[in-house]
Amino acid sequence: MALNDEVEMLGNVSLFAGLKPSQLKLLAFTSQHLTFMEGDMLFSQNDSGDAAYVVLCGKADVIVQINGSDVVVATLAENSIIGEIAILCDVPRTASVRAATRLETLCIEKEQLLKLLKEFPAMAIDLMKVLAERLAATTADLSAARAELNKLSKG
Amino acid sequence: MLERNILKFTWTHSRPAQIFILFIVLLSMPTYFMSLDLPKQIVNGPILGQGFETAGAEQTFMKLSWTFSGEEWVLFSGFQLERLNTLFALSGTFLTLIIVNGLFKFYINTYKGRLGERMLRRIRYSLVDRLLRFPVRAFRRIKSSEMASMVKDEVEPIGGFMGDAFVQPLLLGGQAITAMTFIMVQNVYLGLIAMFMIGIQFIIIPRMRRHLIRLGKERQITARKLAGRVGEIVDGITHVHVNDTSHYERADISSRLAKIFYIRYELFQRKFFTKFLNNLLAQITPFLFYVVGGYFALQGKIDVGQLVAVIAAYKDLPSPIKELIDWDQQRLDVEVKYTQVVEQFDIEDMLDENLQALPDEAVPPLAFPIEINNLTVTDDTGTTLLNRARLKIAAGTSLAIVGPSNSGADVLADSIVRLHVPDTGSVSFGGTDLFDIGESAIGRRVGYAASDIFLPQGSLRDGLLYALKHQPVAERTYEGPDALTRQRFLNEAAITANSNLDIDADWLCIDNDLAASGEGMAVHQRLVDVLCAAGLEDDVFNLGLRGEVDPDSNPQFADNILAARKALRAHIDDEKLSDLVELFDPQKYAVQATIGENLLFGTPVGDEFAPQNLAQNDYLRSILRDAGLEDVLLAKGVELAETTIGLFQDLPPDHEFFNQITFMDAERLPEYAALLKRAKQTGETALTVDERYMLIELTFSYVEPQHRMGLVDEDLQDRVLDGRNRFKNGLPADLAGTISFYDPETYNAAASVQDNLLMGRVTHGIARGPQRVFEVMSATLKEMQLRDEILDLGLEFDIGSAGKRLSSVQRQKLGLARALIKQPDLLVLNRPLSALDGRQQAVILSDVMKYVTRQTNKPAIVWVVSDAALASDFDEICVMAGGKILETGKRETLLKSGGAYSQVLAE
Repeated sequence: MALNDEVEMLGNVSLFAGLKPSQLKLLAFTSQHLTFMEGDMLFSQNDSGDAAYVVLCGKADVIVQINGSDVVVATLAENSIIGEIAILCDVPRTASVRAATRLETLCIEKEQLLKLLKEFPAMAIDLMKVLAERLAATTADLSAARAELNKLSKG
Repeated sequence: MLERNILKFTWTHSRPAQIFILFIVLLSMPTYFMSLDLPKQIVNGPILGQGFETAGAEQTFMKLSWTFSGEEWVLFSGFQLERLNTLFALSGTFLTLIIVNGLFKFYINTYKGRLGERMLRRIRYSLVDRLLRFPVRAFRRIKSSEMASMVKDEVEPIGGFMGDAFVQPLLLGGQAITAMTFIMVQNVYLGLIAMFMIGIQFIIIPRMRRHLIRLGKERQITARKLAGRVGEIVDGITHVHVNDTSHYERADISSRLAKIFYIRYELFQRKFFTKFLNNLLAQITPFLFYVVGGYFALQGKIDVGQLVAVIAAYKDLPSPIKELIDWDQQRLDVEVKYTQVVEQFDIEDMLDENLQALPDEAVPPLAFPIEINNLTVTDDTGTTLLNRARLKIAAGTSLAIVGPSNSGADVLADSIVRLHVPDTGSVSFGGTDLFDIGESAIGRRVGYAASDIFLPQGSLRDGLLYALKHQPVAERTYEGPDALTRQRFLNEAAITANSNLDIDADWLCIDNDLAASGEGMAVHQRLVDVLCAAGLEDDVFNLGLRGEVDPDSNPQFADNILAARKALRAHIDDEKLSDLVELFDPQKYAVQATIGENLLFGTPVGDEFAPQNLAQNDYLRSILRDAGLEDVLLAKGVELAETTIGLFQDLPPDHEFFNQITFMDAERLPEYAALLKRAKQTGETALTVDERYMLIELTFSYVEPQHRMGLVDEDLQDRVLDGRNRFKNGLPADLAGTISFYDPETYNAAASVQDNLLMGRVTHGIARGPQRVFEVMSATLKEMQLRDEILDLGLEFDIGSAGKRLSSVQRQKLGLARALIKQPDLLVLNRPLSALDGRQQAVILSDVMKYVTRQTNKPAIVWVVSDAALASDFDEICVMAGGKILETGKRETLLKSGGAYSQVLAE
């Protein structure tokens, strides 16, 4: 897959939607195109996070250990970003991710992304916007869930 | 004790040779005298006509006779010759005498030179021999480079002098006396004048030269110290850098050089003034001859022939006199140097020669138990390092010594191998005091490793086997000319009291205890076993894979690797790993390789086609032109440059991202930008050839899957393949050998073993791709039983000076392996793995324990461990602090008592 296609894919990822094409291109250039075979682990739960992955092609299972057994909680497809939380703040991986098919990704290393953000403050603001929107959505979800919970416990 | 007087030393060790050469010198005297006398005969006889007063007069020539108590004995009655023939005959004789004199001189000088060199060899050897017997603590104050400077440089003039020690004064004295006698015979007054002047020279000159000797001594010491300082700088270079003391070092060297300069300058002044005075005195004598001799000649008291002869003889007088004075000067000078050096090598407590004697038979096993009795060790400042230590180690038991670095644990361990001299108390092996046991017993039956290790420059194998090179196990046999060379070596070694052991013989005393057990284990297997035990096997395997092999000298190996290549390809197909690897095919473009690699399709040998020179190479340029690739690649280069410049235009020039561009030197980015701008304005055709190649060069490092800019299309692939074929087929004869082409069917001598196995590239951007390929490769090698051969190759790795090409961890592992390879009766390991972390240490410790139990005689082990937790596998534990043993005993007992060991464990 050529650089230009990767740039296009990156543009579809909500986290990077606000970036200018030239910035996306630089991000793509400084990232590594990494392919995983079916069944390969991208990373495991509790590992320290050093990179995020944008799925270019294929599917990935998100796995969480519940009571000692692995449970697939989600499957991610093209245009998803995996593991972005861990590179923005220093928390261990909250889940394991395994390639469900042959999986082509763009691997964005923590260092590279942070350097880009430092260089282009506009990019940081865009990212902040995306994250804030997500937070708002999550907060709304949470209140809805709480309301639901209250209703259930009262009823 | 070395002889302090250099003349005595010389006489003792070269008496017959000195006497022989003295005899030859005496033999040369008569011809020398005759050659002085002849000019007079020629001038007076045939030239001036004495004895040829009448026409047709004849003289007797070559009559040999002497008068003995009034009676004349005639040996040969001679020829009768007339005047002209006499001239020719006498001149001919003169020529002959000159040749004979020259031959004498030639022989004497050669003989002297050889004599001097032999003495020099003897001195140097005995200095190093003494160095090998210095007590260990003496080395705390010795600088290695000063020692080297003494052995190499300072004794050099001593050797030169020794050849001349007795011959020179005799030869020169003889010449001077001969010349003097000759002058005296001709004319007593002229003789007295010459003697008087010589007397003055002999009195004045040596007085003036006394200063020279003092200065020479100072010069020697300052120069030696300079060598010492340079050595210190080299050894401590990292500390110079991290402490920014380079200017301090420069200032130090500068001040030392200044000192040497002043000494030398003063030396020159005095030397040349002495020379001036000497010359003046020598020249005044002929002045007196001309005046006084001329006066006598005019008076008719001496004839002109006599005067000419006297002056001719005098010509030969000043030079022997001067050289005699020189000799005396040299003697004083060399004596100073010699005493200086000898004093440095004469130190107390030198190891007794007998302790290093070569054993006649196999060294018997060590006697146990080892008893350490009241052992106290202090350093030279009087600090107590070890305080009344008592310990008993039985055969086959393992003992861990636990304690921090100043606890005395290290000193205790080192004392067992005689690296410390006890102040009081003793170490004994089965009742024999340690200092009565020969070095052969300690060195062959004890395996020792500490945190630093001495590694001779050479291969890893040499480093490992160094510990086994005690003495030649088998004489090497020589034939033909080699036998003569060897015999000559033996003769010279005997004359100079050097070692006559053959360095090229087989020195590997590998079967130390296997000889007793009757089982022969192959050297190689033992090597592999100790490498495994010391955790070094994987390192060596990797070094082997990265090594290169010449298939001509090792065709079997190359064939094996080729077979392994086939097997590896089958594995890759079977295990569906073909995504991971792209195999090289001469008829296919290798997508995972750079465009440059695809063009060459081979490994460059030397600089001709090295990547950095590729774009400047005329042959490659001609190929690109002929294949029509120049314009295509130029267009690609422009595209690549434009994209790159576009990508980075918003970043400041020194941004770290620039390091990510692998095909371009980031610093040249502005240069490329300017070039592109110009190409846009004036068209690409306006660029010079070199500018075009600047752009083409970018494409040489381009790999599509890595850089992903879409430059490599099918058309380019076809054209590059065409270029590749042209390049190979048209390669001129003078460039053959500068490249080794990839060929799936043959072994590539210029590539590493690993590259030869794969003969392809690992695909870019596959997670864990390289590791997986490595795993398959290593499994294939194991399956084909080639792992040992790769290990063998890894053992040939050149470890560099003092093993600096290995990591400190690898060096320590190597030290441990070297202690194990002896199959010793006792292992003394003094923090051998301090560079490793605790977990790694524990793994290797347990491997070593397993390894030694497999040995036929399980050795006793004394292991100084850096972490108390590591001591749990040992039979006994000894806890130390502050130079004292706090407690010793079995682990369980110590734990129960809750003493020092429990405390250390708890910390």
